[in-house]
Amino acid sequence: MLKLICAIIARDLRLAMRRRSDLVSALFFFIIVVSLFPLGVGPEPELLRKLAPGVLWVAALLATMLSLPRLFADDHRDGTLEQLALAPQPLGLIVLGKVLAHWLISGLPLALLAPLLGLQFDLPTDALLMLSVSLLIGTPALSGIGAIGAALTLGVRGGGVLLSLLVLPLYIPVLIFGAGAVDATLTGLGAQAHLSLLGALTLAGVFFAPWPTAAALRIALE
Amino acid sequence: MLEATGLECVRGECRLFAGIGFRLGGSEMLFVQGHNGSGKTSLLRMLCGLAPAAAGEIRWRGELIGKLGEDYRRELCYLGHQNAIKEELTPLENLLASARLADEALAEAAALAALEAFGLAGREHLPCRYLSQGQKRRVALSRLVHERRALWVLDEPYVALDPAAIELVARLIGAHLQRGGLVALTTHQAVDVDARVVRELRLEATASWRAS
Repeated sequence: MLKLICAIIARDLRLAMRRRSDLVSALFFFIIVVSLFPLGVGPEPELLRKLAPGVLWVAALLATMLSLPRLFADDHRDGTLEQLALAPQPLGLIVLGKVLAHWLISGLPLALLAPLLGLQFDLPTDALLMLSVSLLIGTPALSGIGAIGAALTLGVRGGGVLLSLLVLPLYIPVLIFGAGAVDATLTGLGAQAHLSLLGALTLAGVFFAPWPTAAALRIALE
Repeated sequence: MLEATGLECVRGECRLFAGIGFRLGGSEMLFVQGHNGSGKTSLLRMLCGLAPAAAGEIRWRGELIGKLGEDYRRELCYLGHQNAIKEELTPLENLLASARLADEALAEAAALAALEAFGLAGREHLPCRYLSQGQKRRVALSRLVHERRALWVLDEPYVALDPAAIELVARLIGAHLQRGGLVALTTHQAVDVDARVVRELRLEATASWRAS
């Protein structure tokens, strides 16, 4: 079981490394969107510090969305998805592997990059650290929930927009607790509660989402 | 071993076929014939469990395939229209990855030998997007060299291949039948396969529009 998940992750990471432009463009999208805000709002440290958690988290959501449509679309187009569905293991496990790989490719780089971008908003060190931690804990949920949407819109024309409409509302709890954790650190309230809820969302997202995703994929293959 | 009764396929409003049935035992080959659009691919996908039948049932060793689930898929090898190979990966990586996903142990040396048998020596480490259509098909078919699962379902295996490769595939299918395996395949090409029993199934032009 673990071997299969590792095999899927290794395959997807290798594919991502061969197609580095996708990975880099999502990262640059994140960097540019976040950098536009200080330029637009103006150099008022107080206001920027207030905006920072929300802006960084929303930009992270959007950057994650960019890579979602291709999560299953490539496998669907070249017939690999049929082979995955016929593998002698539950399709849900394979989806779990793909979700984890998606997080390693999209969520992890965002979390590592975010503190650097947070400097533009004059965030103090503990808030920068909390930003990274909250993204680390919260972004797996984005990949998990996003997988359901990606599977449901598979093979639909103009599926990208539909996917955003479907998935972004579901990201709202992650956004609230993620940005809330950073906000709580800024105001000195402590982010323990936010992080616990964020962790719960991630566990639910990563371990329950693969099963409805697998069901949606089987429908898409019919 | 593989038995189907009363299969019916409906695509949208159109009924492609109905009342299709057959029995296939060890060392037997099912040759599905029919013109374009007669539902050959749909039938093969039903046999794999990828698409549900509108009516009828398919049994493997006496059990419904839907009920067997993973136990059935463990004995099934499906090769569809699409090659199911990744353009970014090399032929060797593709072959090893597909074996790993199918939970089979395939050593690198064995994979290299399979690719060599299909005339891909020297191209093992070239990304598949640089290969021709026929060579990509060869990469997909090289899976069959070490494939020991009992039931092979092959959808147009000879498409885009040159005569030498077609002969090789036919030999592999023959060897599989010799080992007691089952093969279900569609093709429009007349290819000699060394099979003792060939059951022909002709999907006639029974396509009819359902009265709505």
